[in-house]
Amino acid sequence: MTLDWKHYDSGALFDELISSPGNARAPARRLVAYLASLSDAEIESRRRMAEATIRQMGVSFTVYSEEGNIDRAWPFDIIPRTIAARQWREVEAGLKQRLRALNRFIDDIYHDQRIIADGVFPAEVLAQSKNFRPECVGVSPPFGVWAHICGTDLVRDERGRFFVLEDNLRVPSGVAYMLENRAITKRVLPELFESDAILPVSDYPARLFDMLAALSPRKLSNPGIVVLTPGIYNSAYFEHAFLAQQMGVELVEGRDLVVGDDDCVYMRTIAGRERVDVIYRRIDDLFLDPEVFNPESTLGVPGLMRAWRAGRVALANAPGAGVADDKVVYAYVPHMIEYYLGEKPLLANVETFLCADPEQRAYVLDHLDELVVKPANESGGYGMLVGPHATKKERAEFARRIQADPRNYIAQPTLKLSVAPTLVDGGRLEPRHLDLRPFVLQAEDMYVTTGGLTRVALRKGSLVVNSSQGGGSKDTWIVDTDAK
Amino acid sequence: MLSSVAERIYWAARYLERAENTARLVSVYDSLLLDLPRGIDISWYNLVELNSATEAFAEHYRVRDERNVVKFLLADADHGGALVNSLRMVRENLRTTRDVFAPEVWEFVNDLFYFATDNVAQGTGRKLRHQFTGGIIRGCEQVNGQIAATTSRDAPWQFIQLGRHLERADMTTRILDAGAVALLQSAERAQVNLGQIVWGHVLRSLSAELAYRRAVRVRVAGPEVANFLLNDAFFPRTIRFCREQVGSAIRLLPGSESMLGALEEVAAVYYPIASVDDLGQAFRDYLNEIQIRIGTMHERIRDAWFAQH
Repeated sequence: MTLDWKHYDSGALFDELISSPGNARAPARRLVAYLASLSDAEIESRRRMAEATIRQMGVSFTVYSEEGNIDRAWPFDIIPRTIAARQWREVEAGLKQRLRALNRFIDDIYHDQRIIADGVFPAEVLAQSKNFRPECVGVSPPFGVWAHICGTDLVRDERGRFFVLEDNLRVPSGVAYMLENRAITKRVLPELFESDAILPVSDYPARLFDMLAALSPRKLSNPGIVVLTPGIYNSAYFEHAFLAQQMGVELVEGRDLVVGDDDCVYMRTIAGRERVDVIYRRIDDLFLDPEVFNPESTLGVPGLMRAWRAGRVALANAPGAGVADDKVVYAYVPHMIEYYLGEKPLLANVETFLCADPEQRAYVLDHLDELVVKPANESGGYGMLVGPHATKKERAEFARRIQADPRNYIAQPTLKLSVAPTLVDGGRLEPRHLDLRPFVLQAEDMYVTTGGLTRVALRKGSLVVNSSQGGGSKDTWIVDTDAK
Repeated sequence: MLSSVAERIYWAARYLERAENTARLVSVYDSLLLDLPRGIDISWYNLVELNSATEAFAEHYRVRDERNVVKFLLADADHGGALVNSLRMVRENLRTTRDVFAPEVWEFVNDLFYFATDNVAQGTGRKLRHQFTGGIIRGCEQVNGQIAATTSRDAPWQFIQLGRHLERADMTTRILDAGAVALLQSAERAQVNLGQIVWGHVLRSLSAELAYRRAVRVRVAGPEVANFLLNDAFFPRTIRFCREQVGSAIRLLPGSESMLGALEEVAAVYYPIASVDDLGQAFRDYLNEIQIRIGTMHERIRDAWFAQH
């Protein structure tokens, strides 16, 4: 027996690998033919090999629960998701355009707020933003860039068109899993890397390092760069350690750093203090500096904001960058692109209803059974309502919440997210919904990962791809179908 | 190098050494008890006492039998010193210092950790105990080998050396103590060859039998074994060897001058052993004194390099 591609059918949904039952799309042709040549036993042995590899490489994420934090092995599907290189280049251009505009927006917000004066962005939205930091007003980080690392969530609709679902500009995670997924797949399906033109993803850590080095206030050939982690109990700790190791920089916690009387940041070493120029921080704004933000925070470094404002240290992402990472602000990004860059958006937004607007709110409340409702500032897929899958009671509860705090909610049509064949129990193929999170870097130059992290909702019919809620992931192949 | 990273590496090395030595200790006791003549009764509970863990044991167990002691030493999730917990601590400390070691080190540690947690029931039962302890010792040596083969001999390496040799010296004193107490307990009913059996196992538990024969060239006897394990310059588990390794590591770290003085102080305790009579309570007190000084050395290291300046 082999995998049954003839009867694998994703119906009216867009399938990433096949165009109709039995017919693979061009970038997936070799992959599908190869998988079809493997016996069930062989497929099962590859699946087990992936599992063993994940355990051995210690790829894990942490799930918070009442019973304590559990370190779980990374759920992974061995069948990659493929995208043609030609198509990817278009997406890449759209992502760069978007991040350029977002950075212009953040810089504007913390300086002259021209976009508000010109009537393109409403002052009320900013006034109610939870992520606007008055402490950042007037600061000018290098190159006018605030969001140096952006994880943009993309989805595809039933016609295969790409849409931006959200821009993660605070401390986006997942890139290590993108790199590890590739490492696992190379061990599990090595034959395909010989024959197929799968573009490599491995230069991300080097690009990240170069980007961070470019931010250094001291022009040194080897500036002091560190990754600042909240510590081992953070769900993304694995990634923090991974990136520090890949870049060859120190992984530090708040207590390893100290701000001197000279407003410079130092790390405590076995030979005394050593200057730090750039901090890739994976701690939320409000925990960065107990002198300025949450005084209870033990994760941060007292005086860090002082050092940053004095230009003695670079923080990536800059504090306050999250002002543009808000599902209400999101709705204005197409306007920002036209306003700052004078260009048409290359990547579309998903249609978004703002509950703060009375008319749009009325529409949302009338159509709760068709819409997805999201709080403006939550991440990880928490606190949202998927209307068509919700009970009457849940919808009533959300109607109440929306009326109580309209600014905090947006709604979007329930997308018919694309799917890809995924190995399920019993060694069968079934379509599962997925999204894609590419990572975009910006300092002096810009860089987009080759593909990104594909997250897949492992539960049948589910649209929730977050690993904390039953999501898994797949390797993402950008395949050069023009290569000989 | 970050102070906090130095500290984690030091602890990773200590816990790895501790896990290996716990496996050795259980393994040697197991075979020792099989070799003992009928009527000689040496308690498994000695192992709890040797590890200074009587209070922790009493919190969870009433009966001081083999089953409980072995479970406590190998598998007990609530006992911080249990073998599986030592390996968990190796993993946690290495996880936070992954940027220092080659990825293979991390993979070997994961393999070892999962081997231990998946198979610990073999260790607590009697039939497959030897396979289990053997597997642990092999796994630890694999990790050590991988570290030795791929780690630059700069500061991180020196902290591995410090952690490993302090822990090892500590355990060597405990294993010597195990021998001494076994003989003291059975003193009244002592048979001629009991000493030979016990000290032979002490040597074997440290994989020191061959080295001892080559260096001492006499049959196994208490005073010679004790002198060898305390003072031999070449075998890598003797107190002297460990002390010298600690000294070499210290010399290569920043600010080592004051630390070398501390090491001299620690070393300045000597107990001459001439006959079996010197292996009684005074010998046990001496071993205890060494353990206290190892503790002092640890504190000095902590203050010099791990404290937050």
